[in-house]
Amino acid sequence: MSKKLKIIGTPVPKHDAKIRTTGEAIYGHDIKLPNMLYGAILRTQHPHAEFTIDVSEAKKIPGVACIITADDVDTNHIGYKRDHPILKKNEANCCRDEIAAVAAETKEIAQEALKRIKVKYKVKKGIYNPHEALKKNAPQINKFSSGKFENKNIAEKFFYEHGNLEQEKKNSVAIVKRKFTLPRMTHACMATSNITAHYTKTNGKLLLYSSTQVPFLYQRDMAHALKMNPSDIRIIQPIIGGGFGSKLDMHPFEPICALLSIKTGKPVQILYSREEEFIASPTRQPMEIELTAGVDKNGNFTFREIEIIKDNGAYTSWGATTPFVIMQAFSSLYKIKACRFNALAVYTNNVFAGSFRGYGNPQATFALERVIDLLADEIGIDKAEIRLRNANTKGEITGQGLHYDTCGHKECLQTVIKKLKVEKKKVEKKNRFKRGIGYASMLHVGGGAKIYRSDGCGTTLKIDPYGFCTIITGSNEIGQGSETVLAMIAAEELGIELSKIKVINTDTDVKPWDVGVHASRTSFVAGNSLLGAIHILKEKLNNKAAQLLNEKNKNFTYENGNIISPSHQQIALDKVVREMHFTEPNELAIASYFYEPSSKFQDKDFKGNVSGTYAFASQSISVEVDTYTGNVQVLDIHVAQDVGKVLNPLLLDGQIHGGILQGVGYALTEELIFKEGELLNPNFHNYKMLTAADVPNIHFYPVETNDKQGPYGAKGVGEAPLIPTAAAIANAVCDALDVEIVELPITPERVLKAIAEKKNNKKNK
Amino acid sequence: MEITFTLNGKKTTCQIKASATLLELLREALNLTGTKPGCHEGECGACTVLINGKSVNSCLYLALNANGKEITTIEGLTKPNGGLDEVQESMIKNGAVQCGFCTSGMVLNIKALQLETMQNKKVPGSGIKNSPNRNEIKKWLEGNLCRCTGYVKIIDAAEEVFNKGK
Repeated sequence: MSKKLKIIGTPVPKHDAKIRTTGEAIYGHDIKLPNMLYGAILRTQHPHAEFTIDVSEAKKIPGVACIITADDVDTNHIGYKRDHPILKKNEANCCRDEIAAVAAETKEIAQEALKRIKVKYKVKKGIYNPHEALKKNAPQINKFSSGKFENKNIAEKFFYEHGNLEQEKKNSVAIVKRKFTLPRMTHACMATSNITAHYTKTNGKLLLYSSTQVPFLYQRDMAHALKMNPSDIRIIQPIIGGGFGSKLDMHPFEPICALLSIKTGKPVQILYSREEEFIASPTRQPMEIELTAGVDKNGNFTFREIEIIKDNGAYTSWGATTPFVIMQAFSSLYKIKACRFNALAVYTNNVFAGSFRGYGNPQATFALERVIDLLADEIGIDKAEIRLRNANTKGEITGQGLHYDTCGHKECLQTVIKKLKVEKKKVEKKNRFKRGIGYASMLHVGGGAKIYRSDGCGTTLKIDPYGFCTIITGSNEIGQGSETVLAMIAAEELGIELSKIKVINTDTDVKPWDVGVHASRTSFVAGNSLLGAIHILKEKLNNKAAQLLNEKNKNFTYENGNIISPSHQQIALDKVVREMHFTEPNELAIASYFYEPSSKFQDKDFKGNVSGTYAFASQSISVEVDTYTGNVQVLDIHVAQDVGKVLNPLLLDGQIHGGILQGVGYALTEELIFKEGELLNPNFHNYKMLTAADVPNIHFYPVETNDKQGPYGAKGVGEAPLIPTAAAIANAVCDALDVEIVELPITPERVLKAIAEKKNNKKNK
Repeated sequence: MEITFTLNGKKTTCQIKASATLLELLREALNLTGTKPGCHEGECGACTVLINGKSVNSCLYLALNANGKEITTIEGLTKPNGGLDEVQESMIKNGAVQCGFCTSGMVLNIKALQLETMQNKKVPGSGIKNSPNRNEIKKWLEGNLCRCTGYVKIIDAAEEVFNKGK
């Protein structure tokens, strides 16, 4: 960009921060409609059981408007594999299973009705381990699955390879093989799941106030589930209290709420309790990753061979498709000559996962970066050096076909290596506290991800006769600040002050199509879409301004609400708009544009340039471990991230800090603990989310590579900061203690166990 | 039963169920939805309000105990002319708000710390000093969970409020 930027790159506070700071913002929990009923869901008491259900007593309670079970509804199954009945009939297969739902005049009556529903269970022995599910004599867990794979309990399967694996094995001077186990972490959005459904019987229209991240896909999925016409369903997104991927799938409670509204003809609202949120909202996909990797005599990586078994739970969500992203990390992070990748998602009677910020990448990066440290040890190369030697570079086309038109990987690595000043000194009493450092990098899509037929976003842009601008965008705000970035772009290009810019983005009846908020795509895709609309609108404005100013040269600039000609004549923007409206040929100051990234849909072998651009990041982390208690304290986190171009440093910082702290939680404390399919810690007391007191020193160094595809050169940023954190922390703990960590979270118990194992190993030697 | 209390500076009388929590009273009977329900079990701090200037989880506080007390919710922090409190201003300026669901509680808990330090000024040697340091702020905010921000900007915002007062 040769033009000097005035607004892009400055710390503009969030466009919508004010109403979120005063209590004026309306979240799903705050919606109250006339005659609204309160919905509640009865879930199975046993993760795996046959059951019969009798709702007759419950129906008699005054104030109960409606009770539904599987027998009362005619619906299609939901989920990416359509293997998930909305209400379960006769058999429960995981602890979340919805078996009945109530709509009542008050929340208390709804809860009372749930208690009065009589359910007789015949408890069955469930399968809670994917390896058990793969055994030949295991029963079929999901009766609705396509059954297209060799084993009835395989839900999804991925295979990928590039290069000559056998040759690269021969070229290796060291080969390391490890198996890693990754936990279930949950999104724990501060607002629990919520929906308000309002069906109007007279015209057959369904209005949903929903916190979905993907309103247009959701509209389609909802229509399929309810056997309705998608266009009869209107989605309005209230202010969303946290997303992080949790709202990518449509979950059963949402069509259930719609069904209650359809049956009663009244608005119905379902709000999860926190306990229900822990039990019934999605999680990060748990998995076992077995990674074998090699390095040649020059310290260059040779091959990676990966076997993954994912616990799919009882039904298939988007979580099953995380290998799309996982294989990218293995095939294309650092230069790698050969890669073979196998992943299975296996049905169990556990809860199913969903998508979660990073989409499998934190799991992959943990395994990959741990093994890099082990390879470095094997051949006696410094851990920073081995990474620098193998770092990705600009112009590289990876084995999977990703094109790195810009690539800040090496600069990111160099930055965090340099910035981490290691104090290896032992603190306090000798031997008790040990310090260590760890490095990790990550690769992620930075320009959307073409996993649907389109990865596009539409924009309609309007300037009114008062000089105010309205951006109607397909993209969504889930707290990340996309509205602000779009308003900044419009302000920059049109010379309109930020307070005169409005962003409309919450209504599927109004806004143009967009895939949704995922894959760190919004600034990139919606930003480019807006720039396209601005370009078209400016042509119209330029023509009118040229006519009004009698200018031949239409090379106008837009500043302070004025359109200025090359010869320094100027005219107010609002006046030009009025003249467009009110004088011939009488046209609107409106433009629409649909932006589709240059990326390609991958072929059946998963090869192809799936994103408009790619983001890279490296982190270096220092920790101090208390060898008496096993407690790990993260001291400093240095993060360098290739963001393409900083659009708003304030919001960028927010994404970095927030992502990193989720990563620290993933590394150290967060795990949903299940026993025989039942969740043991469905509350904040026992599910340990980090607090303000746990925040380490985070030092952020943005790396600008100015990607020509990105708006002003920017790349996606949202998921990246979370991805390498757990890996770098694990490496730091291993460095401090000279132990092996193969499992997350690194709880004090696991640290002490690792120390004990090390002692035993020494004794045995 | 009937209770009378001062709500955001206004004397308020209302009929309540004995079992109602202050959170339910505020959100459901009085439509003050700025107070957010995050967990209903005192773990997340989203429903924090000020009771006689102290921060309290309104989900764990029986409404009947509000009788005779002075309650401030997030709505009461905004000035009648729409102007914001300095804590709110600082949160916005420092980029401390993302989804915003924890924000009401955060703002009010920072406000409570400000009120407490002002109080302690008058009583030498008590509690947190005039201007709490970063670690004291972090510790104070321990009861308010946030999933978006990683807390850094929230701590910055609080720090700026106290540094201004120096």
